[in-house]
Amino acid sequence: MRRILFFLPLAIVAFLGGVFLWGLQDGRDPGSIPSALINKPAPAFELSAIDGVGTPGFAQSDLASLEELSLVNVFASWCAPCRAEHPLLTRLAEEEGIPLFGLNYKDKADAAAAWLEELGNPYQRIGHDLSGRVGIEWGVTGVPETFIIAPGGTILYREAGPVVGDGMKRLQKALADLREDYP
Amino acid sequence: MIPELGQFAIALALIAACVQSVLPMLGAARGNLVWMRAGTATSVVQALLIAFAFGVLMRSYIVSDFTVLNVVQNSNSLKPMIYKIAGTWGNHEGSLLLWVLILALFGAAVALFGGNIPNGLKARTLSVQAWISVGFLSFMIFTSNPFERVFPPPMDGNDLNPLLQDIGLAIHPPLLYIGYVGFSIVFSFAVAALIEGRVDPAWARWVRPWTLAAWVALTGGIALGSWWAYYELGWGGWWFWDPVENVSFMPWLLGTALLHSAIVTEKRDTFKSWTILLAILTFSLSLLGTFIVRSGLLTSVHAFAVDPERGLYILGLLGLSIGGSLTLFAVRAPAMEGGGLFAPISREAGLLINNLLLATATATVLFGTLYPLFLEAMTNEKISVGPPFFNASFIPVTLPLIIVMAIGPFLSWKRADLAGVLSRMKLLLALVVLATLAVWYFTTGGPVLAVVSMGIAFWLIGATAMEWARRVKLFKADAWSRIRRQPRASHGMTLAHIGIGVVMMGVIGSSAWKEEVVAFAEPGTQVQVAGFDLTFEGISEERGPNYLAQVATIKVERAGAQITTLYPERRTYPVARSTTTESDIRQTLAGDLYLSIAEPAAEGSEGKWVLRALYEPLVNFLWIGSALLVCGGLLSLSDRRLRVGAPRKTRAPVAATPAE
Repeated sequence: MRRILFFLPLAIVAFLGGVFLWGLQDGRDPGSIPSALINKPAPAFELSAIDGVGTPGFAQSDLASLEELSLVNVFASWCAPCRAEHPLLTRLAEEEGIPLFGLNYKDKADAAAAWLEELGNPYQRIGHDLSGRVGIEWGVTGVPETFIIAPGGTILYREAGPVVGDGMKRLQKALADLREDYP
Repeated sequence: MIPELGQFAIALALIAACVQSVLPMLGAARGNLVWMRAGTATSVVQALLIAFAFGVLMRSYIVSDFTVLNVVQNSNSLKPMIYKIAGTWGNHEGSLLLWVLILALFGAAVALFGGNIPNGLKARTLSVQAWISVGFLSFMIFTSNPFERVFPPPMDGNDLNPLLQDIGLAIHPPLLYIGYVGFSIVFSFAVAALIEGRVDPAWARWVRPWTLAAWVALTGGIALGSWWAYYELGWGGWWFWDPVENVSFMPWLLGTALLHSAIVTEKRDTFKSWTILLAILTFSLSLLGTFIVRSGLLTSVHAFAVDPERGLYILGLLGLSIGGSLTLFAVRAPAMEGGGLFAPISREAGLLINNLLLATATATVLFGTLYPLFLEAMTNEKISVGPPFFNASFIPVTLPLIIVMAIGPFLSWKRADLAGVLSRMKLLLALVVLATLAVWYFTTGGPVLAVVSMGIAFWLIGATAMEWARRVKLFKADAWSRIRRQPRASHGMTLAHIGIGVVMMGVIGSSAWKEEVVAFAEPGTQVQVAGFDLTFEGISEERGPNYLAQVATIKVERAGAQITTLYPERRTYPVARSTTTESDIRQTLAGDLYLSIAEPAAEGSEGKWVLRALYEPLVNFLWIGSALLVCGGLLSLSDRRLRVGAPRKTRAPVAATPAE
C-alpha cells in the first residue's frame, strides 16, 4: 500500500499530461468565446443601406424569409483583417453559391463605399450599423466575424476573426457539416 | 557572419551537453574518476559557449542588425539603448537562450564551486543537468533559432512591445529565470541522489544553498513583476491571479516548502523522500511555467507568440523529465525513509505543518489555474477562474500557516513544550489584540477578515521579533557579540519571516481599504479621493525618443493646502502602433495616491479624459517586505556553514540553541 502511494505523483502528472496534450490539439483557441446566440433566432434589427452604395439595406426579415443556408459577415473599412479575408469570402460565397449578407460595423458611409468600390461587393444586402447597436445585439466581440444562418433565420455557427487560414478551414468544415442537416 | 558564429556556438554547446549527459554518469557507475571529472570541463565549456551566443545576439540588438529576424521583430533603431539590450530577452527565442544560459551557468557553478561534494554525486548531478540542457538546446536549434536571417533586410524593425519598455520589466525576466531555472540544479541533485539511492544530511546541506539562491532570485523576480504591473498597467493592481503569474508563484510556494523540509533532512535525517519529491516538483512547476507561457494552452496577458508545434516539443520534454524523475522516485524513494523520530509537538511537526499547508496552497493555485482547461476538456464549456476563487481558497490556507509560522521557531527539535511556549507569548498576544482593536477603530469599512488578518500579521511580526530577542538575549550584557556569533542563517530566517508579515500588511491594506474614483475629466474638473482634492488642469503634448506623450497636470491638495502636482501620461508608440499608460504616484509609507489617465472610448466626449484616481494604503509595504525576504535569503546564503562542507556520514549535532 505504502509503495503504491509513491506512484501517486506520477499518476497525477500523467493525467495532467493527457489534458495538456488534448489542450494542444490543432485548431483549439483558448481565447475564443462561444457565441451565446448559437441555435437561437437572429436578433430583431432593421438597418438602412449605406449612403452611396447601391446594395439594399438589411433586416431580420431578410434572414427569416430565406429557404437556404446563408452567411452574415461583420466588416468595416477600418479593419485590416477584413481586407485580408475579403477575396476569400467572396470566392467562398461564389463557389458555394451561398447568399452573403454584410453588417457594416461602426463605419463612415463614404469610407465603406470607397472600400467596396475598391475591393468589390459580394454582398446581397448590407446593413449600415453606424452606432454599433446591432453589432451588440449579435454579440460581436470584434471585427470581422462571420455567422452561418439556417433557413428561417436561426444562427448556427460563428467564426470570430478573419476567415483566412485556420479560420477558413473551420468555416468550410462547419458549412460542410451543416449542409448535411440543411440540404 | 557574426550571428552564424552564435548559432555555431549553440550547436557546439549541444555537443558538449551530449558528452556531459553520458560520460560523468558512466564514470560514476564504474568508478572512473577521469570520466567523472570530465563533467566539470564540459559544464564550463557549455556555459562559455552559450554565453558567447547570448553575447552575439545581444550585439545584434545593440547595433540594430536588421538582417536578423529576431531583431527585426522586436527592436527598432530609435529605441533607447537599455531597451535594445533588454529586447534580447523580450521575445520567445531570446528568452529561451537566456533560459539555457542560466541553466548552463548553474551547472558550471556547481562544477566550479562544489568542491566539497563527493565526486560520484557531483558527476551524476552534472549529467542530469546536461540532460535538461540537451532537451532545451535541441528545442532551440530545431524550433526556435534566434539567429535566423531575413533577406532582404528591412529598413527598420517593428519595435518591442512598449509595455515591455520599462526598467522594471527589463530586469524582471532575468531574475525570474534565475529563480525558475535555478531550481533545475536542485532537481538534478535530487535525481542524482535517487540514482545513487542515498540521501543523507550532507546531501541536504549541499542542496540548500542552491535552493536558497534560486528562491531569492524568484522572490525578487516576482516582486519586480508585481511592481511593474502596479505602476505600468494603470489599474493600480499588483496581482491578478493571471495564469502566468500563478505559474511563477507555484514554484515559489513549493520552493519555500523545500527550503524548510531540507532543513529537517539536514538536521534530523528525516523527511527524505518528501524533500526529494519537493525538489522534483518545484522544478517541474518551473517547467510547467515555461510550457504554459510558450504553448498557448491558456489565455494570458503574458503569452509569447505561440505555436502548437513548440508546445508539443516542450510537452514531450516535460513528459520525459517529470515522468522519468517521478518514476525513478516511485521506485527508489520507498527505501529511503528512516532517521530521527519526533513527537507530535516539535519543530519537525511544525515544519511538517508548514510543508503540508504550503503544498495545499500550491495545489489550490494549480487547480485554479488549470480548471478552465479541465472543464473545457470534459464539457467543452469555457470559463475563466479569477480572483474570487483564489481569494476564497488561498486565504484560508495561508492564515493558519502564518499563525503556526509565528510559533514554529520557538519549538525545539524532537519534542517541544507548546504550553510553555504559549504561556511566554501571553503578553505578546495581549499586545496584538490591542493593536488589532486599534486597527479596527481607525479604519472605516472593509471586511472584518481584513482586520483579523492584520492582527495575524502583527502576531507574526511580534512573535518573530520576540523569538530573535530571546535567542540573542537582547536585553542582557554583550548582546551585540551574541548577535555577531549567531549563525547568519538564523538572522536571515528572522528577517524573512518579518518580511512575510510586512508583505501581508501591504496585501491587506491595499486590497481591503483601497479607495477608487473614476471620472471624466476636462480642464477644471475636481475630484475627491481619500481626503485629497484633485484638480485636473489640462493636457500638454510632449515628445520622447520613440513615442509621443500626452501629459496631464493634476494639482493635489489636502484641506486647502497644496501638496504636490502629479503628471500621469498616455504614451503613443507610432512604430509599434500601441499606447501605454504611465501612471504618476505620490508615494508615502502610509499609502500611495495613484493617478492614471486614458482617452474615453465613448463618442461625444471629445476633449474629455478618463481620470482614474486611487488611494492604496500600505501598498509600499509589499515592496519593503519583498526586499526583507530577499535580504533575509541573502544573509542566510552568506552563512559560513552553507559554504564549508558538512562532515559526511555523521548526524549533524543538535545545537543547544536551535538555529533555524
